[in-house]
Amino acid sequence: MQLGSKIIEQAVEAFAQLPGVGKKTALRYALHLIKNDEHYAELLQQSIIRLKTELKFCSKCHNVSEQEVCDICLNPVRDQATVCVVQDYRDILAIENTGLYKGLYHVLGGLISPLEGIGPQNLNVETLVLKCGSGGITEVILALNGTMEGETTAFYVFKRLAGFSLKMSTIARGIAVGEELEYTDEVTLGRSITNRIPFSG
Amino acid sequence: MILKDLSLVNFKNYAQFDASFCSRINCFVGNNGMGKTNLLDAIHYLTFCKSYFNPVDSQNISYDESFFVIQGTIEKHHEAIELYCAIKRNQKKVFKRNKKEYEKLSDHIGSFPMVMISPGDSELIAGTSELRRKFVDSIISQYDKVYLDHLIAYTRVVKQRNALLKQFAESKTFDSVTLDIWDDQLALYGSKLLDIRKQFLDQFIPLFNEHYHYISNSRETVNIGYENSLKQRDFKQALIASLPKDRVLQYTGVGPHKDDLDFELNGQELKKFASQGQQKSFLLALKLAQFDFLADKKNMKPLLLLDDVYDKLDEERFTKLIERVSSNQFGQVFITDTHPERMQELFKNKAVECRFFRIESGCLKPEHTPENA
Repeated sequence: MQLGSKIIEQAVEAFAQLPGVGKKTALRYALHLIKNDEHYAELLQQSIIRLKTELKFCSKCHNVSEQEVCDICLNPVRDQATVCVVQDYRDILAIENTGLYKGLYHVLGGLISPLEGIGPQNLNVETLVLKCGSGGITEVILALNGTMEGETTAFYVFKRLAGFSLKMSTIARGIAVGEELEYTDEVTLGRSITNRIPFSG
Repeated sequence: MILKDLSLVNFKNYAQFDASFCSRINCFVGNNGMGKTNLLDAIHYLTFCKSYFNPVDSQNISYDESFFVIQGTIEKHHEAIELYCAIKRNQKKVFKRNKKEYEKLSDHIGSFPMVMISPGDSELIAGTSELRRKFVDSIISQYDKVYLDHLIAYTRVVKQRNALLKQFAESKTFDSVTLDIWDDQLALYGSKLLDIRKQFLDQFIPLFNEHYHYISNSRETVNIGYENSLKQRDFKQALIASLPKDRVLQYTGVGPHKDDLDFELNGQELKKFASQGQQKSFLLALKLAQFDFLADKKNMKPLLLLDDVYDKLDEERFTKLIERVSSNQFGQVFITDTHPERMQELFKNKAVECRFFRIESGCLKPEHTPENA
């Protein structure tokens, strides 16, 4: 794309690197910034810089945090003996929104996928092993995606933690609440039947 | 299941075509290049949302036109279902069932079973092992969605494992712990595929044998063997044994994605030792067994499309084939042939309902039915 201005070109290049943003959308963003007042541009600049300079990863669970240790890990009310293993920060948000989980988290930072160049060494697995090895943890819940990569990663984590006396579980997979059986895909339904649970009325 | 009628606009060499079919044998007769096979392909479109021959949808539009439409009424379990398929150049394919558009074409595929027999099937014998695996996989996937799901997962594991082998080779490293988890996944899904394929073949092979014996008048014996790349070993042991080679080739060398079907005639390799006619008979038996299998699993008789089946068969075997598909075991059949007299002669003394359609340059000539049919 010929834009006639080096400055615009540079901005477009930068925006276009964001996920889901192409060259045309990037140009729209740039033009929007040119039209708006300087204050907005400064605010945007600051927010972006602060994301990188002031935000850290929690030294205990790798969640994003503004301090050395995140609010969840610092919260004394939370159950310190249970750890829920998730792929990334967004999964913590999702689980927190349920309001039903009161334990700690551990963020892996991705899933094992050689096709994308991600191996176990790129994930936060060692710190999880150390955490479980140092005692105090009694239960580990694997809350990873239902994809093949998610299952493979869960399998790997399970193997690495096999030596410790822990209660290990994985989140249930099956029919969505409020969904009709008729519209459930056969694979999910089949698995729900195979992994059925006792009904206590 | 019966295709009651078919109407085409701008499909291949048909500017306009309308016909109603009988519930048993429908013969499209005419010379080469008149459009007999195109009618079969239109039926293929209605049941599988795509052409049997040309994967590029827009190339099936009549020359110089901008769209094509295929419509048909299928009667399934005493219910008439209207199907509509339209392709416009540079636009998304539109597929409707009873005037309601499908959200996903995959919801349609498989709900109207059909078996097509065409001269192109010879690739199944002559071509690569991939075609034979695909033959088996596609039959099973049509009735077993769990198999399809395992197959997709397994294929993805193979890709991931190959990517890992490539990384090892590029970085000159090796990490057996990481490879091991992929091996576990490969063995998990792979074993399930093997079990289901074995169950399938146990049911399929007797059906196949029966058809072959009928068509060949029991002149030859045939067999299908499953060539397992694991060679009787435990899945993980086979992976370990294959590892040095896999690391050099950066490719997973054993597993269901490398297995093959062995086609045999009188105990010898079919491709090398059988005549053209015997190979053709073998293919016919494979496809007719596929028909039986689908009929059983879907609890209805699929449509049977026979394109140019006379090719390479002797008079006796051809007659046997026609006898077989005229039997009550089969439902609606569509046959193309260049010799109307031959067909009429064959069906003359049979108590089966039969309708002839004379095709000339993309047009239907007035109906031509044998007097006593």
